[in-house]
Amino acid sequence: MRLPRLPIVIIVDLLLLYGVTLMYAQGEVAIAILILMVVAFGSWLVVSKGRSNFHLVFPCLVMVAAFIVLPLLYTINIAFTNYSADHRLSCERAQAALLSESWRPAGEYYRLKLFREGSGLRLMLFGSAVSEEHFLTGPVVNSNTRQKVSAFVSTHRPGGAELSPDEVNNKSTILANLVILLPDGTEVAMITPGVFGRSVSSYRVAVDRPYPDQSLDLIDNRTGETLWANMTTGYFTRENNAEPVGPGFIIDTGWDNFVRVFTDPAIHNPLLKNFAWSVMFAAISVGLSLTIGLLLATLLHWEPLREKKIYRVLLILPYAIPLFIAALMFRGLFNQDSGEINLLLTWLFGSGLPWFSNASLAKTMVIMVNTWLGYPYMMILCTGLLASIPGDLYEASAIDGASPVQNLVHITIPMMIKPLVPVLIACFAYNFNNLVLIAMLTDGAPHIPDSPVGATDVVAGYAYQTAFVSHDYGLAAAVATLVFVLAGGVAWLNLLATKRL
Amino acid sequence: MAMVQPHNLRRRLWAARIAMWLFLLITLSPLVMLILASLESGNVATDSLIPRQFSLEHWYLALGIPWEQADGTVIDPPFPVLPWLWNSIKVATISSILIVTFTTTGAYTCARLRLPGKRVLLALMITLPMFPPVLSLTGFYSLFDQLGYYAGWLGLDSLWSLTLAHLGGVILPFWLLKGYLATIDKSPEEAASIAGANVWQTLRYILLPTSIPILVTAFTVAFIASISEFPLASVLLNSTDKLTLTVGLRRYLQLEPPPWRDFAAAAILCGLPITAVFLVGQHWLVAGQRVFGLRGGD
Repeated sequence: MRLPRLPIVIIVDLLLLYGVTLMYAQGEVAIAILILMVVAFGSWLVVSKGRSNFHLVFPCLVMVAAFIVLPLLYTINIAFTNYSADHRLSCERAQAALLSESWRPAGEYYRLKLFREGSGLRLMLFGSAVSEEHFLTGPVVNSNTRQKVSAFVSTHRPGGAELSPDEVNNKSTILANLVILLPDGTEVAMITPGVFGRSVSSYRVAVDRPYPDQSLDLIDNRTGETLWANMTTGYFTRENNAEPVGPGFIIDTGWDNFVRVFTDPAIHNPLLKNFAWSVMFAAISVGLSLTIGLLLATLLHWEPLREKKIYRVLLILPYAIPLFIAALMFRGLFNQDSGEINLLLTWLFGSGLPWFSNASLAKTMVIMVNTWLGYPYMMILCTGLLASIPGDLYEASAIDGASPVQNLVHITIPMMIKPLVPVLIACFAYNFNNLVLIAMLTDGAPHIPDSPVGATDVVAGYAYQTAFVSHDYGLAAAVATLVFVLAGGVAWLNLLATKRL
Repeated sequence: MAMVQPHNLRRRLWAARIAMWLFLLITLSPLVMLILASLESGNVATDSLIPRQFSLEHWYLALGIPWEQADGTVIDPPFPVLPWLWNSIKVATISSILIVTFTTTGAYTCARLRLPGKRVLLALMITLPMFPPVLSLTGFYSLFDQLGYYAGWLGLDSLWSLTLAHLGGVILPFWLLKGYLATIDKSPEEAASIAGANVWQTLRYILLPTSIPILVTAFTVAFIASISEFPLASVLLNSTDKLTLTVGLRRYLQLEPPPWRDFAAAAILCGLPITAVFLVGQHWLVAGQRVFGLRGGD
């Protein structure tokens, strides 16, 4: 298998370099440099054909770097900014948004009628004055891109059929991108749906300023006031009026988000509740799954139980069902009003239970479901470990007349604990961040008042809700960063522990 | 095997059986309830667990076919379930193929060849799973938001973005393959190398043909991880026709009142192919264990 390396590398590199140039031109220097470095290194590896073998791991490494490490570092970076619903653009893009705003100076405005013209359209513009005279445009193409047509004075209707108001509504994107040149040389564009008029940019770049401030400051075309990018509030602001103008932009806020987490009780009270619950949930889930899994594995290991193969298949069944489907299934079954489980409880005891509105019951339910999901894995694991325990140990204990419980406590558990510990730590870490289960099963219910989260949300859920429901990305990233620090600490301890073993 | 047996064996055996069947009754009844719910007519709660009015309407709706009721009114499918399933399969297949392709060369290099900085690389691969992608969601969101500014198909609400984001799932298949390579005999590769084969030829003609079971297993692991992934999909996707199963099926039960029986049919319909893939992968894993003495998972 011989691929012509050089031409492929050149083609791929040229494409990527085009992207880099685009990004550099838009001011995204950091991303541009990053891609440039990866491209250069990758090309060098492939072309050099060195004996380092590094080109074989390079794609794998790029995947890790681009889709694990980069988002992680980027999240930490966001924690130090004010990125949120009001501040989601870079300063340059916020400026561009303001520059594209327009206003309508005093003067004639026009209403319109649309007529079919082949596959396209023709517009009829009426002035405010009552007269037979109106403007007719040339053909307008059915396209959502920007187009410019000229209009002429006419007293006749065009030949095509007129569009109904509904059809006109459907053409609003075409109309919004249309500029019409009138015979007197003025240009009109859509101001509001159904109305065309002269429109002028609201702002222009303040070019007469000295270099460093020049590119960001704007001048209001209506009043002549200067707007400057206020780097402490993240808004464009007029010189003598603190009121923010237009969309805010992202600025660095240093440790502000972390300070908020630690000093604002409205943030850290629910967060601490979620943290305590994450620990409790992960610990109890792992403990219960292990207990049940171990008991079942011990039973299945028991020689006299001849039909154990059937049990094994049936017991593993929950493991074969995707987590999200199982969790959603339980959400329906536990439904307070119509779920099958409350139906059963009503039939047995006369009333159902408020599974989603009572915090303790909701937590119990989440742990029950997670145990249902988790025990088959533990059972498979324990079955493998049990098989590796020498049988003569049990033989000896049977001669001494030991009970099954004594066997478990004095032989089985001590023999299994060492290979189990790393798995249990991994399961704990997985469940600590088990956002999927909570999102599918309860959505965090019941809700904690005055917070974005609920009583069954894990810490990752707090970050998720803060980012994608409250749109406070900076704060969410700060919470995530704190969990990273915690996870880093655990990883470090884990590394120390494995070194010692 | 001559085991010393306690005298009350029969009693213990029956106690174990009863406990086992009780446990199975509790663990498996939710699945039975789900199947029964999907076959009962209407979405209004009843006071009975056993379907009284058998109907296939929820299955028709899940398959995207409008259902005509007895009184002539037509119910339209509430959600496009099959397109969601197709989206999920597309994303999972493409990302898993890429993952398996590149982890094969990566794991092979780490297991067999000299590589400067290998220790650092392996330490990185062990440590990174401690930082799950669910915590980097803001980073993912912002990165794809900005990428979309230059190329729309790589922005938010694009299945390509999700496919790329799922490439972060390389670590588990990597360890699976590397663990497998550590258990098999090196000598055929060394013989090939002495005969003058280069790295590519060794990989292509010696290793790959004998490694199909483990490659299928690695693919299954990556595929299941991608198709069950929720946080990234929920953040990156938005329009109804572009959703994947995890985000889409959740929408059923967020309605008030939830169309529970419509959901039941859709969930079984979508769960079956995933479970089938899982079982096939499991089968190959078992075959791999038998042939190569691979000890599950490590």
